[in-house]
Formats: sequence, C-alpha cells, structure tokens
Amino acid sequence: MSERYSRQELFTPIGVEGQQKIRNKHVLMIGAGALGTGNAEVLVRAGVGKITIVDRDYVEWSNLQRQQLYTEEDAKQRIPKAVAAKERLQHINSDVEIESLVMDVSVEEMDELAKNVNVIVDATDNFDIRMIINDISQKYRIPWIYGACVGSYGISYTIIPGETPCLNCLLETVPMNGVTCDTVGIIGPAVQMVVSYQTTEALKILVEDYDALRKKLVSFDLWQNQHTAINVQNVKKETCLSCGSDRSYPFLSYSNQTKTAVLCGRDTVQIRPPENIDRNLDSLAKVLSGKNGKISQNPYLLSFSVEPHRLVIFKDGRVLIHGTKDIAEAKTLYHRYLG
Amino acid sequence: MELVINGDKIDVPDTVETVDNLIQHFGLSEKVVIVEQNQIIVEKGSHQETKLCNGDKIELVHFVGGG
Ligand SMILES: [Zn+2]
Repeated sequence: MSERYSRQELFTPIGVEGQQKIRNKHVLMIGAGALGTGNAEVLVRAGVGKITIVDRDYVEWSNLQRQQLYTEEDAKQRIPKAVAAKERLQHINSDVEIESLVMDVSVEEMDELAKNVNVIVDATDNFDIRMIINDISQKYRIPWIYGACVGSYGISYTIIPGETPCLNCLLETVPMNGVTCDTVGIIGPAVQMVVSYQTTEALKILVEDYDALRKKLVSFDLWQNQHTAINVQNVKKETCLSCGSDRSYPFLSYSNQTKTAVLCGRDTVQIRPPENIDRNLDSLAKVLSGKNGKISQNPYLLSFSVEPHRLVIFKDGRVLIHGTKDIAEAKTLYHRYLG
Repeated sequence: MELVINGDKIDVPDTVETVDNLIQHFGLSEKVVIVEQNQIIVEKGSHQETKLCNGDKIELVHFVGGG
C-alpha cells in the first residue's frame, strides 16, 4: 500500500509530507458532470482524505462522451450522477471517504456543505450557483476554483479569500441566463484541460503550497491553438459586496429563491418543492400507473413519459420536466400528475 | 490595423477603433469579457472610450458557464 502514492511523493513539491496533508483534507465538489467526474477522479486517485460530491442530475447517453466515471449501464438505468460517481470512485480508491449527495444546491445547502471543507471545486454549469459558492467561500474563507468550458474553449481561476479578487469582482454583473447557456457542444479535451488546471491548483491548496498558485485568470481554445493568462489582481474591489470591507454577501440573501430552473441546453425545467420531501416512489408509481403514460423506476428516481414530455421524479421531491423550456408549461404538467 | 490578440497577429478592419468595437468584432458583446491592453486591464466602464493602436498587445478572456 505504501507504493500507492510513491510517484506523487517523489514529486518534490508534494513529497511524503504533502501526501500526508492531502490525506487529511476534505474537498467539496459541486457538480458531477464533465468537470466534476474529471476532477473527482484525479483527486481520489491522489489520495485526498474525503470528497463530497453533490449533483442533482442522472446519467444520460449524451454524457458518456466526456463524463469519465459513467458507463452505458448507468445511462440505461438513469442512475443519479452522484451515486454512479461514488460507485466508480470507491472502486478506484477504497481509502478515500466519499460522500455523495443527490440534491440541488442552493443557499441553505451550500451553507451546510461548506462546513469543515478545505477547498471547493466548481464543477457546475451555471452562474447562479457559482455566485452562491463565491459568497460562501468569502463568508467561511474557503478557497474555491472556478472552471468552465464550452466547445474547445475553457477558463479557470482560483479564488483565495483575502488575497485574490472574487468572482463578483471579476464579473461585476452576473451573466444572464441564456447568454451563458452553452449550446454549441463540447469536446472532451477541453474538459480535461480545465480539469488539469483545477486539480493542479487544488493539489497546491491541499499541500498548502500557496506560493505556487497560478494567480492568473487562464483561458484557452484548443481548436484555435490559443492560450491566454491575465493577471487580474488589480480587479479586486474594495467596494465589492462579496469580498470588500462592507460586504453583504448579496447572493446568500435570496433564501426563497426561485424553485424552478431551466436547465441550459437541455430542453428541461427543474421544479423543486419549497422544502425537501422524502417521496415514496413506489406509491407514486401506483398512482401514476392509472394515468396514460410509461413508467420506469430505479431506487433513486421514477421516470414517467407522456409524449412529448417526460417527468423524472427524485426521492427528494425534485422533478425534472423534459421536453420543455417553458416554466409555466412545466408547472402545469407538474401539478397535473403530482398534485 | 494589426493587433496581437492572445498571442496571434491579427488584422482587424478600420471600423474597429475601440476595445468595445473589438469585443463586438469577435462576437463577444453578450459575454462578460476581461480585456488586457499592453498588460493593463481595461475596466469594463472604459471599453467604449479606450482606443486601440497599431501593434497593441491585447488579451481577451471571456467567461463561459458550461461544465
Ligand atoms: Zn469581490
């Protein structure tokens, strides 16, 4: 077993001491899509002490091209990503404590999840949640690593509270939904490149080698053969409401946020009940079997197809309505079949 | 005018005079873009009045959301 991390320990900036530090750390991974699976695999193989992986979605066929922990069987059975990821990761490294949570993350959840965490890795797909992560990071002084990709393009930045500008400093305005809704596809190497940037920074943070952090906003386009790094230190704003001296954490204050969300590029609306409920999927299946639709079920979710829509109901009460981008239409379907 | 954008020499049409023009030229006006001109970041509020000069070294980074 002592052989397991020998190559990493031979790498001087980590060494035996650094490996021990990695072993004692806890990483929070928000999202288990392309970036989440890539990041999680690297960090689990590297021997991190504990990793918490949170995701609200389940595995689909279109994920398999780049979401490296998932198999055809996961897609066939519509296994929640957090569950499938844990299964695979535990086989890769049984030493690592892996906590997997099938849920949608908003303010309350994020506040709870951030406890006793050493670094947060952003593997999300929208800026709503990133702004919440950003405020939580400042509130609890936890570093986080932004990463995103689309097409052959990728971008990453490491936010260290008290040192670097935060995401709110960099963006000034939150990109509107739709604008960030990336529908032009994605290639695996762009994912892997962002994963490399994020995991390398994560390892530096875990071994506490802060001087080695990149400190620049990095972006690349692998197809266009471009690479850019900008020093954004001057963008840090004393007046920033997330990280300035008179901060209010604006993105944590909407605790009654919209409970519906259009999932970018997916033709899907998520509806989330105001409070999490523990839904009995078996009895729901009985109720729905009396209606005109096709039901399939696994221990985590129930899928109910009524052409041209499909409702996927999770145990925690969330419902994904596939086949529409229209929130009103989604709500109508929700209430028609689920009361 | 010839600019060095993200390390590549690129000819831009004469209509591109300001940082804001350049952002539009690359179809990035809907995105949040960080622009560096000769190693100095151009604040977002100054994109419209900041003129470009032949040979300027420009770095353009735009934010995306996917992951
Ligand atoms: Zn800030």
